[in-house]
Amino acid sequence: MTALVAVQDASRSYQLDGVTVPALRGVSLTVERGDYLAIVGPSGSGKSTLMHLLGGLDRPTSGRLLLDGRDVSSLSAADLARLRNEVIGFVFQSFHLLARTSARDNVALPLIYRGVRKAQRRRLAEETLARVGLAHRLDHRPNQLSGGEQQRVAIARALVTEPSVLLADEPTGNLDSASGEAVLALLEELNAERGVAVAVVTHDRGIAGRARRQITMRDGVIVSASP
Amino acid sequence: MSLTEAWRVAIDALRASRLRSGLTMLGVIIGVAAVVILVAIGTGAKQTVEEQVEGLGSNLLLIVPGQVDFGAAPTVSRLRLDDVDAVIRVVGDRNLVAVATSSGETVRAGTRSRFTSVVGVLETTPKVFVRSIARGGYLSRSDVETGRRVAVLGSAVAVTLFGERDPVGSQITIAGVRFRVVGVFAPLGQSLGVDRDDEVHIPITTAQRVFDTSRVDAMAVKAPDRDSMDALSARIVGVLHERHPESEFSAVTQEQILGVLGDILGILTGVLAAIAGISLLVGGVGVSNIMLVSVRERTREIGLRKAVGARPRDIGLQFLLEAVLLTTIGGVVGIALGVGTALIVAALTPVPAVVTWWSVALAFGVSATVGIIFGVVPAQRAGRLDPVVALRAE
Repeated sequence: MTALVAVQDASRSYQLDGVTVPALRGVSLTVERGDYLAIVGPSGSGKSTLMHLLGGLDRPTSGRLLLDGRDVSSLSAADLARLRNEVIGFVFQSFHLLARTSARDNVALPLIYRGVRKAQRRRLAEETLARVGLAHRLDHRPNQLSGGEQQRVAIARALVTEPSVLLADEPTGNLDSASGEAVLALLEELNAERGVAVAVVTHDRGIAGRARRQITMRDGVIVSASP
Repeated sequence: MSLTEAWRVAIDALRASRLRSGLTMLGVIIGVAAVVILVAIGTGAKQTVEEQVEGLGSNLLLIVPGQVDFGAAPTVSRLRLDDVDAVIRVVGDRNLVAVATSSGETVRAGTRSRFTSVVGVLETTPKVFVRSIARGGYLSRSDVETGRRVAVLGSAVAVTLFGERDPVGSQITIAGVRFRVVGVFAPLGQSLGVDRDDEVHIPITTAQRVFDTSRVDAMAVKAPDRDSMDALSARIVGVLHERHPESEFSAVTQEQILGVLGDILGILTGVLAAIAGISLLVGGVGVSNIMLVSVRERTREIGLRKAVGARPRDIGLQFLLEAVLLTTIGGVVGIALGVGTALIVAALTPVPAVVTWWSVALAFGVSATVGIIFGVVPAQRAGRLDPVVALRAE
């Protein structure tokens, strides 16, 4: 069985004022179906860069990135966008919901780019919001929702396309502990019941400890992977 | 993403920031309205002038001393009444020849007076030019031949001197000489900036005596038909040149006057349209500017859209459509405003304004094109944004 996402000896460096700054240096990692892994490390360790690669938002400077078995170096920006739409769901620390847009329309957003018709989009968005426990918040805008509710809207948006992988970058970073616990429980439930692979980027050892696998990074390399 | 969907997204985005969208459109609205209004006024002025020149009468030849060269100094006329007789012989019909010798004089009736243009004429004037009489009659041939002191008043002169009373049969003085009013012209209004109701016609023979001159300022000949105009004008100029070998004469047709005036007014309309076009361009730059700001402000939104599967062209299309929507809605509102203003101007002021469909079509086409041209750069910039960088933006 092919891995959902695989990076092989991938490096990623940035040009800053003419100086090449390496963010990742020769990292290899595989995410399988149904996986639940945590990527931990201090800030600047390269964990966010790694997550961007895993989600196909970025391409490695060297090495290989395989998304759903396809080498992204051969894909155009448009093909890569489609692959993100079909395979990946993102959850961000700061939610990234569209302001002045209802929860329902926020959740329906990825379906626009898949060409789903409006009535169908609304129905799918409402079903997904119900699944994350927000059936009563369909017409609320982000500023009318609590932080925990906003993150659940964001998770619904990531889920609505039925992705194979959920990538969560510090999903509880902006939440109080009760809301954070609820969000984590939701991710774990989705992982357990629907077999969605979940990768959480965090600097919180406690959160990382709940995952089945822990990947620890420092200075752009993986320093330990367990188990 | 389908085009319908892209329109919907663009409309939602514009709605979300109504004030800014409105202000951005305002630049386009003003530009388009300015094009429509200024072209309407230019066109109206041209049409009015054409109508007035044509309204003088058809197939007219104006005989003037000197070379016709706009901008040349006016020449003192050497034409005399016997030259007029010679021209009448060439034309073969006295009723087709009109003359004028004008002088500014004070005309009095009782205690009322008005300084006006007193014109010495032949009795043929109403047959050559389009003039109609409201009261009484015009001068007769015997008035001209015997030099009677009789006068026909322009409507404005009649109102000044007599108010609502009928002036026919009343006495007036022109330059201190007593005249009897035999008729009043129907009002004509302005023509080429001259108030044609502000004049008094008297027989040319009387005029020469009162003004103490023997000159004839100008002559007009009505050609029997359009085709004979060139030959007739050559023969008239030939005869006059024979009689005054030291002087030059010219015969100008209405077409020539119209041609020159039309060129001038055409240039004027073009200049007005160009000025308005510049304001439209400025409006377009405003759209471009706002779109660039909008792209920057919505960088995170662009990043998010890309993360959930928007292709570069989906994002580019969204911003391009926003720019096109801004300019086309602005264009439609601007056209409505321009046409409305032009109609109000035409109805309430003496400024003629004629809305032409080409100016409306042009203004709309230009504003839509401006939207596309000025939307492309911000749209491309949005489409090419790196999603990772965009998501991190503040």
